[in-house]
Amino acid sequence: MNSRFPLLMGFLILGYLFLYLPIFSVIVYSFNESRLVTVWGGFSTKWYGELLNNNQLLNAAWLSVKIAALNASLAVVLGTMAALALVRFRSSRAHGSLGVMVAAPLVMPEVMIGLSLLLLFVSMESLLGWPQGRGQMTILIAHATFSMAYVTVIVQGRLAHMDQSLEEAALDLGARPRKVFFTITLPIITPALLAGWLLAFTLSLDDLVIASFVSGPGATTLPMMVYSSVRMGVSPQINALASLMLLVVSIAVLVAGVLMYRQEQTQS
Amino acid sequence: MKHWQKSSETSALQHHSYRLIIGVPWAWLALFFILPFCFVLKISLSEAALAQPPYLPWFREVGQGLITIKLNIGNYLRLMEDSLYLHSLLGSMKVAAISTLLCLIIGYPMAYAIAQTDERWRLPLLMLVILPFWTSFLIRVYAWIGILKNNGLLNQALMSLGIIDQPLEILHTPTAVYIGIVYSYLPFLVLPLYATLVRLDPVLLEAAADLGCRPFKQFLTITLPQSLPGVIAGSMLVFIPVMGEFVIPDLLGGPDTLMVGKTLWMEFFNNKDWPMASALAALLLLILIIPFMVMRYYEASSSGDAP
Repeated sequence: MNSRFPLLMGFLILGYLFLYLPIFSVIVYSFNESRLVTVWGGFSTKWYGELLNNNQLLNAAWLSVKIAALNASLAVVLGTMAALALVRFRSSRAHGSLGVMVAAPLVMPEVMIGLSLLLLFVSMESLLGWPQGRGQMTILIAHATFSMAYVTVIVQGRLAHMDQSLEEAALDLGARPRKVFFTITLPIITPALLAGWLLAFTLSLDDLVIASFVSGPGATTLPMMVYSSVRMGVSPQINALASLMLLVVSIAVLVAGVLMYRQEQTQS
Repeated sequence: MKHWQKSSETSALQHHSYRLIIGVPWAWLALFFILPFCFVLKISLSEAALAQPPYLPWFREVGQGLITIKLNIGNYLRLMEDSLYLHSLLGSMKVAAISTLLCLIIGYPMAYAIAQTDERWRLPLLMLVILPFWTSFLIRVYAWIGILKNNGLLNQALMSLGIIDQPLEILHTPTAVYIGIVYSYLPFLVLPLYATLVRLDPVLLEAAADLGCRPFKQFLTITLPQSLPGVIAGSMLVFIPVMGEFVIPDLLGGPDTLMVGKTLWMEFFNNKDWPMASALAALLLLILIIPFMVMRYYEASSSGDAP
């Protein structure tokens, strides 16, 4: 570390404390014996036990994981196509408009995405008879629409910086573009695809606002469940659930981080 | 490289998969991102009703094969007349502006510090900034409830240290909203700032130093102006989503925290007034997203770079 800027480094450490102390407080108090969340009553894992017996919560969690996995796969396919189009087909007439449409969901407030998609689904249902009712399917479509934007950004970065001489060589030797893509380009961008998949997965797993708008009576996702119980007040069970989610996401992020790190290493 | 791009583009052009690659994401976004806003506009011009869905269609048969078309601009008039909407819009702007500024005050030194460290430390340090962003947003906001409430961790700590004897009322005040927003959106500012700061050419700074320029003046006259693109990009990534933020003002704010995202949510879920919520969304689209998209389009076409 650079020692020329002790003040700056102190500030950096304070910044990290600000980012991590709240998360640690949630984890520590998930092991609290006492029902009063902020009074320490001794170490206990009983809230985790209660959590595992809460069927409503487990069902919501399963639904969320299912939607998140489907969403991530869909978003990676759509996002990769968009990234390819943006990096490789610059002369296309659709290039500019695609770039804008991909970037906009990144800043669009969630209430607006949620409301607009709900109105679309309602109108489509009355005009076309599809989608019938709202639930898993409509949440999936809504999530894929905003998470593909994040995947595009990640894959775009990888495509723009990759060494194209291998593709060139293959094309010179007469390989067809499709074959070049599947045997050369795809393996090279795989780390970015995995990172994008994980990001899309966590974005979907975490979304409350959009899902609340486009969901129907049959589909309650985990964040919707957490939100309604948080509104009732802080509860140790939520702390336990939060810690488990933090664990899952941290593992996913670590894996993604290692993948991106390796990618960086092979580049340099 | 240039030559290859050209040649692969022509060979790809002949290939039908070219159309597919650009066509599928384009059609998806047109259908599920652009088209929905046409419906927002349409329904914002409808009248609310006790029906399923809760608005009246534009076209109505009045008998004998006659159809009336009724467009209702009443929702837009109400946006201007009812002070609730104006106040929540102004409230959002104020919160978004102050939070962006606070994020800059905290995020700039962090990004600068990371960019100054030895190269092998940068990626891990950056990952540490991004990690919380990947963990559940809802849970991070929830964590602050436990910290800020009257018998929460902060008040307990301050009272046991003897700094205060009465618990501070922070939860359900604007202060709590600012803390929550700065906490949640800080990574969005640090990332683009870091990306600009790390690319700055050190030669200019060395030249300035050789000519006897003091470090602080170097920063003010060289680093700061050159990092402005990052400041602007990061500020937009904070300002625009915060304008429409719902979860943070709802969970950490009080009844007097008026923000437009929360007003839209209440209008939709509590009052079941879909047309009014749509009018509000249309207004936000006009003042937030369309300027952003236009800017993005010109940026992309002027630099020839992918946005």
